[in-house]
Amino acid sequence: MQVYHPTSVDEALARLGEGVVPLSGGTDVMVEVNSGHLDPDRVVGLRRVGELKEWDGMRIGAGVTWRRIEREGPKALAEAARTVGSPQIRNAGTIGGNLGTASPAGDGHPFLAAVDATIELVSSDAVRTLPWKDFFLGVKKTARRDDELIAAVRLPETLPSRQAFGKIGVRNAMVIAMVNCVVTREDDGVTTVALGSVAPTPMRATRAETMISSVRAPSETDLAEFQRLVAEEVRPITDHRSTEDYRRHGAGVLARRLLERCLG
Amino acid sequence: MIIGLIVNGERVTANVSHAGSLLDLLRDDLGLPGSKNACEQGECGSCSVILDGDLVCSCLVMAVDAEGSTVVTVEGIGEADSLHPVQEAMHRAGAVQCGFCTPGFVVAAVDLFAGNPAPSANEIKEALAGNICRCTGYGAIVRALENLSHGVGP
Repeated sequence: MQVYHPTSVDEALARLGEGVVPLSGGTDVMVEVNSGHLDPDRVVGLRRVGELKEWDGMRIGAGVTWRRIEREGPKALAEAARTVGSPQIRNAGTIGGNLGTASPAGDGHPFLAAVDATIELVSSDAVRTLPWKDFFLGVKKTARRDDELIAAVRLPETLPSRQAFGKIGVRNAMVIAMVNCVVTREDDGVTTVALGSVAPTPMRATRAETMISSVRAPSETDLAEFQRLVAEEVRPITDHRSTEDYRRHGAGVLARRLLERCLG
Repeated sequence: MIIGLIVNGERVTANVSHAGSLLDLLRDDLGLPGSKNACEQGECGSCSVILDGDLVCSCLVMAVDAEGSTVVTVEGIGEADSLHPVQEAMHRAGAVQCGFCTPGFVVAAVDLFAGNPAPSANEIKEALAGNICRCTGYGAIVRALENLSHGVGP
């Protein structure tokens, strides 16, 4: 096995290529290694690349840890960060690693979808900035090419005034979401609803968004309709973690509660 | 490849040939079995160490990626005849049952107190959320650390 420890993005890019595993916090890669599912020939360790840890306004470097986001991030992203794994996991795991793994249950994803974040991918000859929707291609599949590195996440210049994250799981800590969700709302009523763990990639409940965005002061009937639309729009499956029915129901309830928190 | 790192204040080298974990390196190559191997997926916290100042699961650190790093394991915390205050507090409160999870709890608690000398009960619980005790001895563990937080000494 060959391992490289670049200290700059350029050096890291020079080592990338087919079959090379970029390693950030290791919290996903090492689970695969320990279970015998992955035995990489070449690894590029990114822990020493200072550039990837830079956080400049709305540009969050891929190597920024959940620990730091928990303390310094925008409200709903910080709330999401606080539910990632445990203190041990948050000290190691990064926002870029979360994107690289692209688990349908990634806790960072709903926020990025809710605010229409973009993902910055760099290769030795170009920088591509992809909308989140074009980055996630399927379960653990992304648009990143073998010669590219996830460099940063870019958030829009202004974020919605009210935002909330929530997650359903069997316990508070150390849990992979059955459903996770971010709801944002502007003073003029414009609302976004993004959900994870209920489709192969993070998704927006656009019909629910359109319906509730036109209502300034939602009534009980509006909230019930919003909840129903969210539950109708999600596309969950049944697996070892939950059932399709439970996820569908949970998605509606969770989105409604987060909306109520935003309205609160 | 040969890697060098500092473990419990001592400079050590090891020959690593595959993508194995820092936990295996510590236990099998460096003769430090205090960090325990249980879930190998970061769920249980029994392999907790402090890597370059951060509490992490050593099972999720690729050993070769620890090249040049500073690691503190439970063996580097306290001595048999002069326990660390966390160890002393856990000993006095009877916060050890089978003992398997204890090293991980000790390391996580030492990390907590290093950053917050007087944590509340909720802060203690949140800081230990990544450590599992299969004997379910959480009550005594939290009481021990509350005692330490409140300065309830021997």
